[in-house]
Amino acid sequence: MTGVLVSTTVNGDPVQFACPTNESLLDALRNRVGLTGVKEGCGTGDCGACSITLDGRLACSCLVLGVEAEGRTIGTVEGLVEDGKLHTLQEKFIEHAALQCGICTPGFLVAAKVLLENNPNPTEDQIRYGLAGNLCRCTGYDKIVKAVQAAGKEMRKKKR
Amino acid sequence: MRYETPTTTKEAATLLYKEKGKAYVLAGGTDLLVRMKMDMIEPDLVVDIKRIPATKAITKSAVGFKIGATVCGAVMGEHSALVKAWPGVVEATNLIGSDQIQGRCTMVGNLCNASPAADSVPAMIAAGAKAVIVGKDKRRTVAVEKIVTGPGKTSLAKGELIEAITLPARPPRSGDAYLRFTPRTEMDIAVVSAAVSLTLLRGVVKSVRVVLGAVAPTAVLVPKAAKAIIGTKLDDAALENLAAACSEACNPIDDKRGTIEYRTKVVGVLAKRAAKIAYQRAGGVL
Repeated sequence: MTGVLVSTTVNGDPVQFACPTNESLLDALRNRVGLTGVKEGCGTGDCGACSITLDGRLACSCLVLGVEAEGRTIGTVEGLVEDGKLHTLQEKFIEHAALQCGICTPGFLVAAKVLLENNPNPTEDQIRYGLAGNLCRCTGYDKIVKAVQAAGKEMRKKKR
Repeated sequence: MRYETPTTTKEAATLLYKEKGKAYVLAGGTDLLVRMKMDMIEPDLVVDIKRIPATKAITKSAVGFKIGATVCGAVMGEHSALVKAWPGVVEATNLIGSDQIQGRCTMVGNLCNASPAADSVPAMIAAGAKAVIVGKDKRRTVAVEKIVTGPGKTSLAKGELIEAITLPARPPRSGDAYLRFTPRTEMDIAVVSAAVSLTLLRGVVKSVRVVLGAVAPTAVLVPKAAKAIIGTKLDDAALENLAAACSEACNPIDDKRGTIEYRTKVVGVLAKRAAKIAYQRAGGVL
């Protein structure tokens, strides 16, 4: 295929892929790197299902070109698992039944992780505002907020 | 589509100038990629300016702040000196989209996208911001209110791009504020907005700029609204005059988000509230 060779780092590992210049990073991650945790909901930056971290900052991978990833550091939901063990946020999402169909979940997990890194003890309001860029049509959000609060509490305990 | 990553602004300008097809600048991409996705545009050339050092920094000097064209909203919000000096400009920019968008979106992109409802634009104009424009052969600095000429249209010539925005040094007792009305609290587009930047002398408004958004094809600087509160301590009569001048300066559209009548009324309310916030931020006591 014709495309540009891109060298980048995904979840700590060096990754190379070739993609057309107008392909989104979302499509490149899913179809060329094989990381299908990023989901396409809207494709226009409204729903957050494709959330990743780019050089540590939260972003919608549908609004990034694959070629822009050259030399950058990307984090996806697949990077949350460490040594085969689920991240506290993932455990709490299961415990609180903070998902139904699951399409929005990877995006919520990535966004919530960034939220808790920046603010380990957020109020309910701060969580709701912080996750305003992630849409969920199943849960009504309440269980997600509760799961993030529980994860925050657990993570603060672990740090002490 | 050709994708280029120049490392100087001049190189970027030359690439844009020489392209025979459709050329676009890519900064945060939060508007450009949406337009590509919706098939509204089909670029022949995209010039990614994020590898240009001059576009990446916020610098403070005796003449004020310079904010590079690829500085994202989140970075502005984390810059404590900028937040302290220009809280209105920062709060306006931080209203754009979600945290995901804030990590990418830029003030210059918001300006060049040229939406009548752009949040950062009224705040920049109120602040007396200037755009540093780089072309193939020359640079020029232009007041921000001269950039947008209509919905989706700017005064930039072929091959020109904005490298940075400058905000002037702040006299003591100054404050600015931006307010918008949206049906939702987050992730929405302004139905009406107002920005006010002022300087006080012994509690009296000495100088002020009032700018309205989403009520005309471009943001509107309203000298008559400024005149209404200069020399006052924002007493009720002065605020009513301010609101009336703002309503009079409106030329809004009717759409599903708001009627002409509604926008014309609410713009005065927002301008009054924004003026009060700016006044208090400048150290004034209401």
